[in-house]
Amino acid sequence: MSAMVPAQLTPESFHRYPPQGQKLCVEHLDLLRELPLILLPLLLREAIEYDWRFPAERSELDLQLAYLAGLSNTQRESVLDGFSHLTLSAEVAKSNWIETPSVFIEQLTTHLWATQQMDGFRAAAQAYAAAWQAANPQQQLEMQRLGIVVVGQGVAATDYPLFRKLRPKGVFFTRVSAPDGLRTLLASVSARASAHPLPFGHWYIDGGVAESIGSSVTTVSYAGLEPARTALLNRMQGVIESGSSGPEALRTLLAQVKPQDVGLPSDTDAAVLSHFQLSLLTEGSGTQIFSTTFAQWAAREALRRAQPATVLVRFAPRQRQQPMNELLSGKHSSNELDPEGSLIDADMAAYYTWLNQQRLAGADQAAFLAWFEDHNQVIAIGPSLPHGTVSSAPATLEQILTWIF
Amino acid sequence: MQLRDLKTASRGEVSAAVAHSRREFLRAAAGVSAGSLFSFAPRVLRASALRPEPKAVVVTFGGGARDEETFAPEGQENIPNLVQMLFPQSTFFAQVVNKGILGHYVATASLATGVYETFNNFAAVSPHNPTVFEYFRKDLHRRANDAWVVAPSNGFNRIGESDHRAYGAGLGAGVILPKHLLASSMSAGATGYDHLLRDSYEAPFYTPELAGNEVEMQKLKDLLKLSVDDFSAHARSLASPDELSVYIARRLMREVAPSMLWITLHDIDIAHSGTYSMYVEGIRRSDRLCAEIWKAIESEPEYAGRTTMFILPDFGRDSDTDPGGNGFQHHRTGDPLSRTTWMMALGPGIRKGVVIDRPVESIDLVPTLGSLLGFQPRFAQGKALPEIA
Repeated sequence: MSAMVPAQLTPESFHRYPPQGQKLCVEHLDLLRELPLILLPLLLREAIEYDWRFPAERSELDLQLAYLAGLSNTQRESVLDGFSHLTLSAEVAKSNWIETPSVFIEQLTTHLWATQQMDGFRAAAQAYAAAWQAANPQQQLEMQRLGIVVVGQGVAATDYPLFRKLRPKGVFFTRVSAPDGLRTLLASVSARASAHPLPFGHWYIDGGVAESIGSSVTTVSYAGLEPARTALLNRMQGVIESGSSGPEALRTLLAQVKPQDVGLPSDTDAAVLSHFQLSLLTEGSGTQIFSTTFAQWAAREALRRAQPATVLVRFAPRQRQQPMNELLSGKHSSNELDPEGSLIDADMAAYYTWLNQQRLAGADQAAFLAWFEDHNQVIAIGPSLPHGTVSSAPATLEQILTWIF
Repeated sequence: MQLRDLKTASRGEVSAAVAHSRREFLRAAAGVSAGSLFSFAPRVLRASALRPEPKAVVVTFGGGARDEETFAPEGQENIPNLVQMLFPQSTFFAQVVNKGILGHYVATASLATGVYETFNNFAAVSPHNPTVFEYFRKDLHRRANDAWVVAPSNGFNRIGESDHRAYGAGLGAGVILPKHLLASSMSAGATGYDHLLRDSYEAPFYTPELAGNEVEMQKLKDLLKLSVDDFSAHARSLASPDELSVYIARRLMREVAPSMLWITLHDIDIAHSGTYSMYVEGIRRSDRLCAEIWKAIESEPEYAGRTTMFILPDFGRDSDTDPGGNGFQHHRTGDPLSRTTWMMALGPGIRKGVVIDRPVESIDLVPTLGSLLGFQPRFAQGKALPEIA
């Protein structure tokens, strides 16, 4: 099969795309024909999933295509200049980048590493992103963002120095009264969702069993996805046991799995969230096994993709990793939990959640709070709060939620 | 430049800032006087005529560790042995850059050949360029048992020997994969060890084809005077695969005493599972095991006073600030922090408590070993480090 080039694209090239993605590509066909082959599949990977993308993602792709289409040929060549200096192997170029852009990108990545072009690709991508962002400043939200992280479920006491990385950013409260803290935080999120209803604008992610919070908040939980996780792991195990597996075969398998294959709803209303949840399990590393990894990655992906106004992430104890001697002695139990290790995982994850929130528009006005569940330690970060401060004055979670903005 | 400014810095500035951070930290942590630092001069000439044949032990971490968790001030608590015990005896290269592929097998192969290898990280292939073991054995006419590799099992079975036509077959190192030995030593039908014996944290469900000059259990029994029962029993007393690797390495040192011993540790790479606590635990274990290996070198008559030890991660991990990554979990972005690491060298003739902060490359290791041991790595692309070689 000879390599297809972008200039050969026709409307029929996208006949296997879902309806909205197909429409988008056909509308921008003239532009797509002009783009360098190294960049085009990156855009097609978004387009082929367009029907199941979050509103923020669709908007970004629309704007990006409009931006590129609005450039003169000279301007476009200048903005995309870095990509034109990268070379492709004939094998990668022959990959079906139209119908399986993700597979093409995997092969491209391997090729770029092997040919020592990864740094050039990074530079080209950064230059393009900078030009596009300069021309399209991020849209400000009508409300300040709020991130909440709850860590330490099941830990009675610890000497681990919590929130070390976050303390320089805000106020570390050491005497917080929170007798019904989780309920307080859930109510706060629910109230924001009711006051400012936004599609996929308010999230609650739980590393264990999700509490009730209402339908206006998008809810994802590790426990809720247990059937899907089991079904997916069984599929992967089947491929491994077939003896023909390698990383590529497994990646291909995972790319082909559909929500309904692992018991997730696929009807129109649920499709966007089902695809997102499936991606957490197929694209995340460790999310199928460790609940702390699942919660951190889910929060990261929700912030990156949906760009919500509110995120509440609650960590739960993950399963314990048995040391080798216990495994060999046969004393292991797969159900044993590790609350203390999970607290350390969640502490780092709280920092990452803050970092990911800060990458979104309105970062200078965003608020963030992390609470050691059922204890009296809170780190609060907000535009009106000082940095690197410790407060030993008595406070309640409700008060901190008002001070934080 | 401060580390917090790295997001807007150039690659060279980032590497330099990392080196500066490590240097300042080491100076403070180890109490080494400023006057003994930052020197750049050939190493002290050794009275080689009076010395026995030199040996080398190379310890790599196949699962890089970042500054935040190691040589930055906040990471100090994780590496007490490296900082307090080993650094004062070492020359420390604070800016070792890996410009190759950031996958553990291919990167470790690059360390061993002195050339940035470009094969598929997950393929069961030999390095394409001659390995340090082949140079060592061919140039110095060494017997097969004088070069050994102890490594994790994710494809490393072929690392001992290249497919280069001028070297290759029969000239490489023996390779011991302790986890595979453990699997083969288990009674038939034993199950439940999949998690322990899995081959790669980078691709946890991948099981590479095994073929190469990997040592089998029966040969090991003869070589190390270690019965299957003793091996299995000892494995039951150890907490991690890296502890098993060091146990085997020490046994090799005692029974075979190879002049070239390469140990690749891998516990740190549990970071790919996204569990920060386990990643830090892996760093602490590696720190402890490095000290244990050095103590073994100092206490074994065949090694004491004649052995140079190198310790280096194969590369770093992604920074927290690169939006393309997920912090410590992976090494996929190719950002400067994931490419910049460090190396420690200690042994006779190596200056102590010295920090070298000029940039060097990870492929400089093989030429440096060649200079120290007296072989010619003619296809290696790195350069011998004059500070120690």
